[in-house]
Amino acid sequence: MRYASLHPIIAIVPVIAAVTFGRVLPAWTLSLATVAASNALVALGIVILARTGNVSFGQGLFFAAGGYGVALIARAWGVTDAVVQVLLGAACGGLLGVVVGPLIARYSGIFFGMLTLALSMVFYGVLVKTTVLGGSDGFNVGRPSLFGITFADAREADFVLYALSVATTGLAGIAARILFQSEFGLVSLAVRENNLRVEYLGISSRRVIAINFAVAAMLAGASGAFALMAQRHIDPQFAYWTTSGEFVFVAVLAGYQSVVAVFVASLVLELVRSFSNLYMPNTWQLVLGVFLLAVILLLPEGIGSLWSRKSRKKVAPVRVSEMAEKEARS
Amino acid sequence: MNFPLTIILDGLIQASWLFVVALGLTLVFGVLKILNVAHGSFYALGAYIAATAVTIVAAHGLPPVAGFVAMLLSVALVASAIGLLLERGLLKMFYGRDEVVLLLVTYAVFLILEDVTKLVWGVNPIYATQPYELFGNVEFAGLYYVGYDLALIPISAAIGFAVWLGLNRTVIGKIVLAVIHNEEMSVSMGVRVNWVYAAAFAFGILLAALGGALTAPKISMQPGLSSDVIILSFAIVVIGGLGSVEGAAVGAILVGLARAASVHLMPQAELFMIYVIMAAVLVFRPEGLFKRETARRI
Amino acid sequence: MTSLLSVRKLEKRFGAVVAADDLSIDIAAGQKVSLIGANGAGKTTFVNMVTGYLKPDRGAIALNGFDLGRRSPRRVAQLGISRSFQIPQLFVDLTAAENLAVAISATHAQALSFHSPAEAQGRRQKAIELLERFGLAQQADRPILELAGGVRKLVDIAMALIRRPKLLLLDEPTSGVSAEEKFATMDRVVHAVAPDAATIVFVEHDMEIVSRYADRVVAFYSGRIIADGEPHTVLKDANVRRYVTGSAR
Repeated sequence: MRYASLHPIIAIVPVIAAVTFGRVLPAWTLSLATVAASNALVALGIVILARTGNVSFGQGLFFAAGGYGVALIARAWGVTDAVVQVLLGAACGGLLGVVVGPLIARYSGIFFGMLTLALSMVFYGVLVKTTVLGGSDGFNVGRPSLFGITFADAREADFVLYALSVATTGLAGIAARILFQSEFGLVSLAVRENNLRVEYLGISSRRVIAINFAVAAMLAGASGAFALMAQRHIDPQFAYWTTSGEFVFVAVLAGYQSVVAVFVASLVLELVRSFSNLYMPNTWQLVLGVFLLAVILLLPEGIGSLWSRKSRKKVAPVRVSEMAEKEARS
Repeated sequence: MNFPLTIILDGLIQASWLFVVALGLTLVFGVLKILNVAHGSFYALGAYIAATAVTIVAAHGLPPVAGFVAMLLSVALVASAIGLLLERGLLKMFYGRDEVVLLLVTYAVFLILEDVTKLVWGVNPIYATQPYELFGNVEFAGLYYVGYDLALIPISAAIGFAVWLGLNRTVIGKIVLAVIHNEEMSVSMGVRVNWVYAAAFAFGILLAALGGALTAPKISMQPGLSSDVIILSFAIVVIGGLGSVEGAAVGAILVGLARAASVHLMPQAELFMIYVIMAAVLVFRPEGLFKRETARRI
Repeated sequence: MTSLLSVRKLEKRFGAVVAADDLSIDIAAGQKVSLIGANGAGKTTFVNMVTGYLKPDRGAIALNGFDLGRRSPRRVAQLGISRSFQIPQLFVDLTAAENLAVAISATHAQALSFHSPAEAQGRRQKAIELLERFGLAQQADRPILELAGGVRKLVDIAMALIRRPKLLLLDEPTSGVSAEEKFATMDRVVHAVAPDAATIVFVEHDMEIVSRYADRVVAFYSGRIIADGEPHTVLKDANVRRYVTGSAR
């Protein structure tokens, strides 16, 4: 998979630009963009994992683990710093991913997906019935701070959250690009293409998948922390299958080739949701459903295929005898 | 309180409508190899249509029996029609692509139907309880059961038996089984697979809607019905084995009993118990109790 | 002196089909052995068992005296046995060079790099060098998707060579290759493998290829070895003519 790419260091510039741009955005756009960025983070993880040929339908598990983990630790130890919360979220998700990954990596195709789904629903079931955590109502948390500064002004607090989520997702995107072009990234693609060959070469496809899985879990956990800080509330819905489904929706919309497409797709999802709620309530799912169908039909490789260059031209296949002739002549 | 009997009866009552729904899901997978995420939406659709039918019939002053018959008929007609339209009009555009694609298509259908039901029937709960009184109340081992609930058991058993009979003892059924087992062979033997696809999908949807219709008198119809049902029937189908009719029955009974047992003995476990079973089956015997697919990588 | 590959009393049944029946064979280092036999005689099953993909019902396989036990193909590959496939098993959307790069990455004991590209650290150089040995340097950046069957076979074999295996098993290296290209293909293979001096065991159906390239021929029938020796002796053997080459009167 080759595509036109900015050198990773240069790619930081648009991220910084996006962050500073938040200063001039109206409040409703800020929160919309924050949600879009944090959803994109989970979807990015799904895309990373999908490059090994496995789609996780249960990222809600890590999303909720991150959210609940941070909420509980914040309550217990009075942690309010936003950056610390994001890191904690990532750690909770990542740790769970390291435990669960090797178990799940043994399965392929739909069974992989189904197992992730089952595990997320188990977690959901546990959360709903755990009264200590508020059951199906969940519980509220306070505002986050940043480097010791608390934000009384709602506008300031929203901007800080926006900046943090865009920066985190941006940096994650850059890191993902680097990963895709790395040796590990190439081997991950190979695992998807031909699992048998990979094993015969001496590589453990299970290990490769488990590592990608842990990365995806970590990103989902961090996103859970963002969702927690944005809503100031956590509940079992974080782990429900429809939540996981939305993340997959964004990943599918984006396609598996371009990291930028993940942000675009997530933004599109949020815009559609907001606007259809505005003009005609109870239609955003309808619009999304139709939109998804359109994308599957017209852009089977996702939005990313609109601008990713696939440096492949249609050429007649080469034969061994032709090559011999060429060599004899040269 | 006679616990074992209560649990068994409650479990079987739950299992009955779950079985009808799961049967549809497993058939659709067996024949078309599609995991129909929208299956729960058709359950909900069936429930809503049934409610409307019952309400209309009651408004005309007709007895509950008429309402019951009306709801079953209307659901059967509407669901089959929608099923056929959907399969021929939408799904077939995506055949031959990666297995995940069709999953996403059905997810899109789920999203669309969520809002369609909200737009048509509104977001407030709807009730249609007249048929619930059809069979009166029955006293059993010191407890009172609603006759309708108990009646669901033989009704669903009859449906299951009819499907089993249809599949195993009729020519059409054998053809369907052939397509389930080996599609390529069936095509090369001249089977009109397209017709089998359309019929199987429509029938699967019909079962889901029927499940919804049968439960309509005892529940309140509101948004969110479909998402709970799909995940539950999905768990059943995974436990029983994708594509297996017997598996759907066994899975439904297992899940029904597990739920009933949890409710009476350990309420905290009620929700997650089923998914633990599902996860356990996936880990130890991924193909389900009645295997048909292979699951592991090398 | 211990032979390179030592197989003792292998047994493998699939239901009523006997794929291996009391199979024993020793292969010394440096030999070029050809396995012949009708379809279903047990040749590919033999290769699958030696590489760890299938576990024999009974019997033992040893490499340089070291028992392979129930090791997976991954472990067996790490120990020095590599194979190519009847239908080339490649990463179809990746280029030839990328395919080999993955194979090269596999040989490194330390963990795969998460940041430095596969092209770096001389991997691409090594991949191109190997492709040159097969005369495929021009195709290095073509996706496998665009390459014809014969070329794919060569890339498949090149993949197996990356680990510099002690034992190289080729499953029908010239099958699917057109008649006029068979010798060219086999020539390239032998030429490319020569520097590593690996022991080659190849399954073949084409007796011309067998007689030209093998210095030892082993004939299979119903999971048993019915003849074993020099090409011209084995190919003239009555049983071989009856059960394998079909040229019996």
